[in-house]
Amino acid sequence: MPGARAESILPLELRGVSFQAGRQILLRKLTATLSAGAPTVVLGPNGAGKSLLLRIAHGLLAPTRGDVCYGGRPPGLTADVRRRQAMVFERPVLLRRTAARNISYALSVAGVPRSERPGRVADVLARTGLKALADRNARVLSAGEKQRLALARAWALVPELLFLDEPTAALDPSATAAIELLIGAISAAGTKIVMTTHDLGQARRLAGEVVFLNGGALVEQSPAERFFAEPQSEAARAFLKGELVWD
Amino acid sequence: MQSLGDAFRAAFGLVVSLDPDLIEIVSLSLSVSGVSLLLASLVGLPAGAGLALVRFPGRRAAIVVVNAAMGLPPVVVGLLVYLLLSRSGPLGELGWLFTARAMVIAQFLLITPIVAALSRQVVEDLWVEYADQLSSLGAGPLRAIPTLLWDARFSLLTTVLAGFGRAIGEVGAVIIVGGNIAHATRVMTTAITLETRKGDLALALGLGLVLLTLSLGINALAAGVREFGARWEG
Repeated sequence: MPGARAESILPLELRGVSFQAGRQILLRKLTATLSAGAPTVVLGPNGAGKSLLLRIAHGLLAPTRGDVCYGGRPPGLTADVRRRQAMVFERPVLLRRTAARNISYALSVAGVPRSERPGRVADVLARTGLKALADRNARVLSAGEKQRLALARAWALVPELLFLDEPTAALDPSATAAIELLIGAISAAGTKIVMTTHDLGQARRLAGEVVFLNGGALVEQSPAERFFAEPQSEAARAFLKGELVWD
Repeated sequence: MQSLGDAFRAAFGLVVSLDPDLIEIVSLSLSVSGVSLLLASLVGLPAGAGLALVRFPGRRAAIVVVNAAMGLPPVVVGLLVYLLLSRSGPLGELGWLFTARAMVIAQFLLITPIVAALSRQVVEDLWVEYADQLSSLGAGPLRAIPTLLWDARFSLLTTVLAGFGRAIGEVGAVIIVGGNIAHATRVMTTAITLETRKGDLALALGLGLVLLTLSLGINALAAGVREFGARWEG
């Protein structure tokens, strides 16, 4: 499709998205627009549907009801849309190959010509501080290095939209700091980040905007500053105070 | 009949002196089973991975059939290949009956289901871990199959070795389709059968020793691969 590249997949629109597993409704009639710019952090208590929302927005799962639209396109996921977004999971799945090969594999699946791959791999390894680990077996890296490599692999694809599901849940403070720096760099380079986290400090440090979920419903979506200063809903106030939130 | 002790001494002598007959039989065994294994892997590994990943109607039934085929009785496979290749059979024109090729076909039929069934399990287990990540990267099943086969390479090597163990130790099929012809289709297992019947225990025992050593070696290799793989896969 000539010219397809010019049309951004942003904003990402969720229109009345519901998700039901058996008789349980896990997401209900969720409507939100996520626009280019600073990271959107999805907050909410356990089981609020944060990860599920990311999976649906990324296209790994289809909503039971409602539509997901990318950049004003008709609802749905085309190969082109898929290629322009990426996701990093809480426990990144690294292939049983070297760090560098993990990245070139992703490039190859994305259709990047063979001749361009080594340059892009080297470039992203340098930008993520993983150059020294290029030829190391990805499976035996430390947890922090693995997560950095997963981010590097995603970044190598130059996605317009990057989903991060609890990217630092399993990491110690110093590894967490390194990941946050990297997320900031990816965001500054023009990729829209949509992430979940349990770490409110991290949310304050990274978020431009907060989407607050509770019990599968969107409770509020506001600029981060306002959300943390004066949350609009009772549930969000309680959540920020560290109280248990029941729906 | 020789005493058992004499037989053992003679057997060791044959092995240690690299008796030409023994060497010929052992090499034919290795090449027949090796070629069978190669062909069985070429078919069985992608077939197993396909069964693991691709959803199609009748998939469950296909898995049951492949799993059941792991236990195919060698003599029945031998009989079927015999009928296929016999002069009046559909492939009789080829003139392959009582040749090494016939033995390769029989062993291929015996071990392909083993390779396919075991690799299906291995690949399906790995897919549980990889599914989200590969879908996220945009890899469809056709792309995922070679990826999973490569990433499961250590586990798959052990399944392939299991197939080789079955092929090299099998007698029922190769004796029917090969005919145990000296210098042509005589392999370790058929030779042991014949020499035992003739009372030449030395050659039988010598071959038995080689066969035992081989299966011990194969199992040790499989264990080594598993251990190395576990370390590499972190």
